[in-house]
Amino acid sequence: MAKVIFDSERCKGCELCVSVCPRGIIRMSNTLNSQGYHSAEVVEQDKCISCAFCARICPDTVIEVYRETKGKVS
Amino acid sequence: MEQVFGRPKALSEKRLHYCPGCTHGIIHRLVAEAIDDLGIQDKTIGVAPVGCAVLAYDYFNLDFQQAAHGRAPAVATGIKRVLPDRFVFTYQGDGDLASIGMAEIVHAAARGEKITVIFINNAIYGMTGGQMAPTSLPGQKTTTSPYGRDINTVGYPIRVAEMLTTLDGPAYISRVSVHDPKHINKAKEAIRKAFEVQIQGLGFSLVEVLSTCPTNWGLSPREALKWLEENMIPYYPLGVFKSPEEVSKVGA
Repeated sequence: MAKVIFDSERCKGCELCVSVCPRGIIRMSNTLNSQGYHSAEVVEQDKCISCAFCARICPDTVIEVYRETKGKVS
Repeated sequence: MEQVFGRPKALSEKRLHYCPGCTHGIIHRLVAEAIDDLGIQDKTIGVAPVGCAVLAYDYFNLDFQQAAHGRAPAVATGIKRVLPDRFVFTYQGDGDLASIGMAEIVHAAARGEKITVIFINNAIYGMTGGQMAPTSLPGQKTTTSPYGRDINTVGYPIRVAEMLTTLDGPAYISRVSVHDPKHINKAKEAIRKAFEVQIQGLGFSLVEVLSTCPTNWGLSPREALKWLEENMIPYYPLGVFKSPEEVSKVGA
């Protein structure tokens, strides 16, 4: 399941998320959204560490971040 | 799967009109997150400025009032005095607060009004087309200082946080930045602290947030964050200038 979800219609293609991703897995889509921007996307979801750096720096609150729930209750 | 990050409840679904990469959007979200964390959404009233953030009332799920240019602290003063159980904040840019609104912010701070001010400093006038602001840096090129700000003719930029710190009225004043995730987290802490000061009735609180204007700086959003870090922070140092502990010491 996806750990990081982009609401691509809200994205303005500023690339700030790309600049802070520690895994370097965010890229800009080849297609345009209805605003005319290339939106950010993550294809390699399994490489995401759910750090939420991208979501924190996103000015347009495009990104939701999830992480796998641990099996044991700590 | 558990959610690590999502839209705060106090932030509306409406799409922001700001330019791509403008840090207004980050700061709006931080304000909303702080309000969510403190559980004060139903009791908070915002006052919107004139400037790029003039439409801020559309972007928060909060009661809002629009003020005339620079007069947000005066409007907030009125709201807070009539409704002292509400939490009142202004959201103002540097053109609004540090230029036409300088009298209002200085006197609201001097009176120790129990309001919170979120002051966005990006060293330029954004909405009107990139003119020189009171906060533009020495040598900074703007549409009204095409050869760079000449301090011999137009003087020096104003450090608002430090200036207001000299007054006895304010309880909490700090300056933060949003140029990377670490500083964004610190900015959120500062904004929450400013609201806590108001909740506890300790007095006037202000957070100056260093921000970018990629469009009028003529830089890409990524270059703008770098420019902020390398040029603005040396002139506008980050830190807490006044906190409730200091206030209590003064009173002791």
